[in-house]
Amino acid sequence: MVIMMDQSKVYIEVRNCSAPVGIREIPVLDYGRFYDEVCSMLRDERFHCLTYFCYPAGEFLKFICFIADDGSGTIRILSHEQSNGTSLRSITSEVYAMHIFEREIHENHGVVFDDHPWLKPVRYPHDRADGQKAMDDYPFYEIEGEELHEVGVGPVHAGVIEPGHFRFICNGEKVLHLEIQLGYQHRGIERLLTESGAGLRGAILSEDIAGDTAVGHALAHAQLLESLALLEPSASLQAERCIALELERIAVHIGDTAALCADVAYQLGQVACEALRTMVINTTQYWCGNRFGKSMIRPGGTNFPLTEEIAGEILAVLEEVERRYGNVVECVYNMPSVLGRFEDIGTVTRTQAVSTGAVGMAARTCGVPRDIRSTHPFQHYRQMVVAPVMLESGDVLARGRLRALEVSESVKLIRRLTDEWRIPGSESSRPRYDLPLTPGSAGISVTEGWRGEICHVAITDSDGRLQVYKIKDPSMHNWMALALAVRNQEISDFPVCNKSFNLSYCGHDL
Amino acid sequence: MAGFILIAVAAFFFPGIILRTKSIASGRKGPGIFQPLKDVSVLLRKGSVFSDTTGLIFRIAPSVTLVSAAGAMMLLPFAEQKALLSFEGDFILFAYLLALGKFFTIIAALDTGSSFEGMGASREALFSMLVEPAFFVLMATFAMFTGYTSFSVIFNHFFITGNDYVLIYSIIGAYLLAQIAMVENSRLPVDDPKTHLELTMIHEVMILDYSGFDKALIHIGTWLKFTIYGSLIYNLVVPAGWNLFLKIGLFFAVQALFAVVIGFTESFRARNKMNKNPKFILTLSAIALIGFTVILILTDKLA
Repeated sequence: MVIMMDQSKVYIEVRNCSAPVGIREIPVLDYGRFYDEVCSMLRDERFHCLTYFCYPAGEFLKFICFIADDGSGTIRILSHEQSNGTSLRSITSEVYAMHIFEREIHENHGVVFDDHPWLKPVRYPHDRADGQKAMDDYPFYEIEGEELHEVGVGPVHAGVIEPGHFRFICNGEKVLHLEIQLGYQHRGIERLLTESGAGLRGAILSEDIAGDTAVGHALAHAQLLESLALLEPSASLQAERCIALELERIAVHIGDTAALCADVAYQLGQVACEALRTMVINTTQYWCGNRFGKSMIRPGGTNFPLTEEIAGEILAVLEEVERRYGNVVECVYNMPSVLGRFEDIGTVTRTQAVSTGAVGMAARTCGVPRDIRSTHPFQHYRQMVVAPVMLESGDVLARGRLRALEVSESVKLIRRLTDEWRIPGSESSRPRYDLPLTPGSAGISVTEGWRGEICHVAITDSDGRLQVYKIKDPSMHNWMALALAVRNQEISDFPVCNKSFNLSYCGHDL
Repeated sequence: MAGFILIAVAAFFFPGIILRTKSIASGRKGPGIFQPLKDVSVLLRKGSVFSDTTGLIFRIAPSVTLVSAAGAMMLLPFAEQKALLSFEGDFILFAYLLALGKFFTIIAALDTGSSFEGMGASREALFSMLVEPAFFVLMATFAMFTGYTSFSVIFNHFFITGNDYVLIYSIIGAYLLAQIAMVENSRLPVDDPKTHLELTMIHEVMILDYSGFDKALIHIGTWLKFTIYGSLIYNLVVPAGWNLFLKIGLFFAVQALFAVVIGFTESFRARNKMNKNPKFILTLSAIALIGFTVILILTDKLA
């Protein structure tokens, strides 16, 4: 859509899911200039980095950085090129939020970042640059002290949850430091998606990037392919996709409320919310045949167009869910014994949220307005105003309450969406698995899943085949926020902190 | 003898009643009342797996715990019938028999070398230590109240002292014993027996490494501890002289009511934050101390 070239050609500006940018149109800066530009932008809270990665382009490594401008709703693309085995000045030492991207680049391509404060492995991918590094000798941070002890939890956990290793350094019951080692779930999904191109396999794979965000990731994938193929989905389909995304948000938020109650042994809240979550996911199943919304979102069209009957069912169920969930939430967040476990536990300060680059719910509970639906709207959200739900306190209670507020906000959104979805002459088409992708270009697609912003980027080669597919799940940033949140907390409060973030292991490990 | 048998019989129903109450309170169908029994009977038929790092202590601990609970049962009277074993100051032996079982659970947890179990052991040791004064001050109160120091005699004389305040003491005693039982058995609000989160566990984490037969012994030991405290409560609320069959019926009614109260408590509240637990437990001792001071005044020992 809008392609603006800055006069000094430092960056190129695009909008979320706009037409792809020719890879040659992205200005290539020398690293010094790139460093200064990125640092000066990211020091301003208005900007945050969506993704920063590199890929081999001939003899060079091409580095591309996508920075979201929350003020104007645009995305700035910058790039630089380096020869293999180079070492660069680390941006992380200036802007902490960049740590995960530089670590990923270091791990995958062997680029060394000088004075990076935390240049640790991210996920041990199979094709990592340094094959000598093994998961078993992860370089954990250590503190010496007679009174300190280490507690290692996982990677195999007591509940049916994903694998990840948590290493605590504690003084008695108090946590001094937590380090989270992930990577056990690495499946090479980016490579699989690159190979799948625009085919059905890619659409199915995208639903499994993080199984709890099937709709969010599948939507990011579908709209990325559509933007690369210059295809605008029909207006009614755009509204339907937003309904599916909000249904997912409602279901997961209610399920998380149940899990938060379970973690503090409040049985009533747990069972009541579990029952409500079932009602919501069963409605999703009624619509598309799968409780988690798999097979709902496909590039180019849908196999399950929304009908009057299904829309009526969704509204009827949501009306009851909203009423009952409202009652439960009022009971849960007014109960002294529950409040005692949630209030002032696992607090993330606003400064911490900004510096770790927290996104989505984790950011909004600290008063940082990060919501792609309002800043970089996509699909039908472009036609409506979504005000991000915000809280200030940043503790477990805030993350719990935010879920409750977002559920009622999402119900309102769905009511509006179902009003606006009936657009005369706008038929949902069937999915297309042969979309012709624009050759030699880069596309970006960002969605706001229930956890936060999901960013998919693809680069096509000169034949229109996918050359690079890059995924960023909101968990990538938020794991660090969790590690900070439990500092100086009691170790027995870690599970409830962890649950309040409910981050994805497989979304991080890819 | 009657006390011993009745406590053992009640123990079979106790966990099932808690479970049923919780199921009903949460609107679920839930398992039947005998499900815990069936689970344990399955465990009893299984072998145990031991980790390489554990030694003798780990293996004998479940048996010691069960035997110490059975030993404590022998000291408990039922109504006016004497206990199997009764002598002056037998409540001290009672408390330390239960403590012996706990001590072995704790050192067995340390024996595994796991950082989780060490953490659980340290928490359990702290909370058991804090709850001990509550029990002893309570028993001292009863000893002052009746003038005797043996369970059998104390309970026989409890209601016939002719003291006007007997009802208050019976209620305070029942309340404290119920709370002490919750702490000792690691239930809400101090601990959560249902949780799968090792970092929040107290008692459960210490028995994580047990399996099969040994685990069954630990479960049975826990049930017995419940009904042991239940029978103490019974003795405090039902006067000794009544008809035997009525008393047996009341015994089971008290135990069932105790289980239902536990079930409801665990349904409608959340668990304490770990660092609130010491305060909560010390409150029990404080209540016991108030009772003790009052009895000192009543018996003119304190002017």
